Amino acid sequence: MSQSSRQRQRARSAWLFLAPMICTLLLVAGWPLLRTIWFSFTDASLTDLNAAEFIGWGNYLYKEDGEWYGLLADAVWWKSVWNTLTFTLISVSFELVLGMIVALALNVNFAGRGLVRAAVLIPWAIPTIVSAKMWSWMLHDQFGILNDMLMGVGLISAPLAWTADADLSMVAVIMVDVWKTTPFMALLMLAALQMLPKDCYEAAKVDGIHPVRVFFRVTLPLIMPAVLVAVVFRALDALRIFDLIYVLTSNSEDTMSMSVFARQQLVDFQDVGYGSAASTALFLVIALLTLAYLYLGRKYMRVGD
Amino acid sequence: MSQSVDVKQLLRKAAFYLLVAAIVVFSVFPFYYAILTSFKSGSELFVVDYWPTSVDWANYLSVFKGTAFGENILNSVMVSSAVVLVSLMLGLTAAFALARIDFRGRGLMLIAILSVSMFPQVAVLSGLFEVIRGLGLYNNLLGLVLAYLIFTLPFTVWVLTTFMKQMPKEVEEAAILDGASNLTIIFRVFLPMMWPALVTTGLLAFIAAWNEFLFALTFTLTDAQRTVPVAVALISGSSQHELPWGVIMAASVIVTVPLVALVLVFQRRIVSGLTAGAVKG
Repeated sequence: MSQSSRQRQRARSAWLFLAPMICTLLLVAGWPLLRTIWFSFTDASLTDLNAAEFIGWGNYLYKEDGEWYGLLADAVWWKSVWNTLTFTLISVSFELVLGMIVALALNVNFAGRGLVRAAVLIPWAIPTIVSAKMWSWMLHDQFGILNDMLMGVGLISAPLAWTADADLSMVAVIMVDVWKTTPFMALLMLAALQMLPKDCYEAAKVDGIHPVRVFFRVTLPLIMPAVLVAVVFRALDALRIFDLIYVLTSNSEDTMSMSVFARQQLVDFQDVGYGSAASTALFLVIALLTLAYLYLGRKYMRVGD
Repeated sequence: MSQSVDVKQLLRKAAFYLLVAAIVVFSVFPFYYAILTSFKSGSELFVVDYWPTSVDWANYLSVFKGTAFGENILNSVMVSSAVVLVSLMLGLTAAFALARIDFRGRGLMLIAILSVSMFPQVAVLSGLFEVIRGLGLYNNLLGLVLAYLIFTLPFTVWVLTTFMKQMPKEVEEAAILDGASNLTIIFRVFLPMMWPALVTTGLLAFIAAWNEFLFALTFTLTDAQRTVPVAVALISGSSQHELPWGVIMAASVIVTVPLVALVLVFQRRIVSGLTAGAVKG
């Protein structure tokens, strides 16, 4: 058998090996996504999906008697968009800074480092739903330990209603998310830190350059690609947040994310058409960011190669 | 002169260990407090304590008494194990093709798989609901197994491809010279060498499936078919104003302890798996 015909045979067999995986993904991802987009142009209801009728852009935007209706005219939806973006921006920023501090600390050789790394993994291992429950108990307005601590050190004079107060509930959601996902950020950055060459640090030490300067001039530029990947992964994850908000603050509009809004329409209100429009909008946001990420990744980091 | 340097160094060291202590307390405290609460009952619950005062197993007993919690745990174990098995089987052959064979469209395939792992779950919720109902799998654990593949399969393929690329070329070439087929190469040559990678990937997929909430909440209806995250989320008291925090914390601890144990035992592998899934990708 010639070299090239063997090559061609191998290429054919590659598709054979991929076929089961591709078929499964089409069944659980491709087809459902297309159906969701289709439903967003219908008046489908959960009680009878087959009775769905095409209504064009009606779920997104339409004008009747001089009034605008639809998702793009829905103040609650815009609130959920705003909440999602605020949440993503603030929580990922905190996770980046705290994750970096944890990673730098774990990168130092000290006795008990293994134990500390194990401890840091615990929040990541706890199911989101369970951490939401643990924190809602800690944040309880009357019997919560957090209020007790804050009052103990004199930061507040009366207990705060963390999850019920409109101004505080987003703070609470961000706090729990930062606790839960900082370890993930820290581990990704630690992995990058540990691959750095040691010799330039010794050179910097010999030259007596201040460690802070070394961090910003040497370390940060070198681990930048890994930091960017971690940030993008976390941001895409934060944009689709559901569990934590659903359990911690239920359906409150003050913290409602785009996913919580979409599910509420789909399941609680049985309005599959409208809910699918909200889902499709979220999908578009994430798809655009994924494309931007892949473009940047190919350009700077050779992702997928 | 040298003494002041020593003091400075000592202070720096103290500050560093203070930071490490803060990191540990911050990470572990909520879990510690959940355990503490789970052993309290009655009016004790409503007094804030920082140290254990009593050990009362009542909450642990009442989690199981008159509820489907035992079944819920079994459901989660079955669903997560099945998802891991299917993902590893489909992922192994796919990873072989993606890592070892040069074919047209390979890069595009990898990007498509990565994109699926970024899907917001809610974007497929209505479509997947229709598929699951069409297959007669609503309120059925098999429906959850199917649904969970949307996030475990892309992840498994992606990580296994990374690991499979690191396998030595010589072994594969020797096998080809011996006339081994591709299937033989995958299962007889690579599989035995890939056990550590399979365990890591499987464990991460297991944790992801164990923790899933949105699909489990939407695609199941009865207590007996629920998985543990949904069961924990839905524990409620006899009235709206009475939330049984002790019982909720006991259930939380039961659901979490096996995971924390697994993570601690396999922590080195987990870190390498997580980074293979993200950084090296």
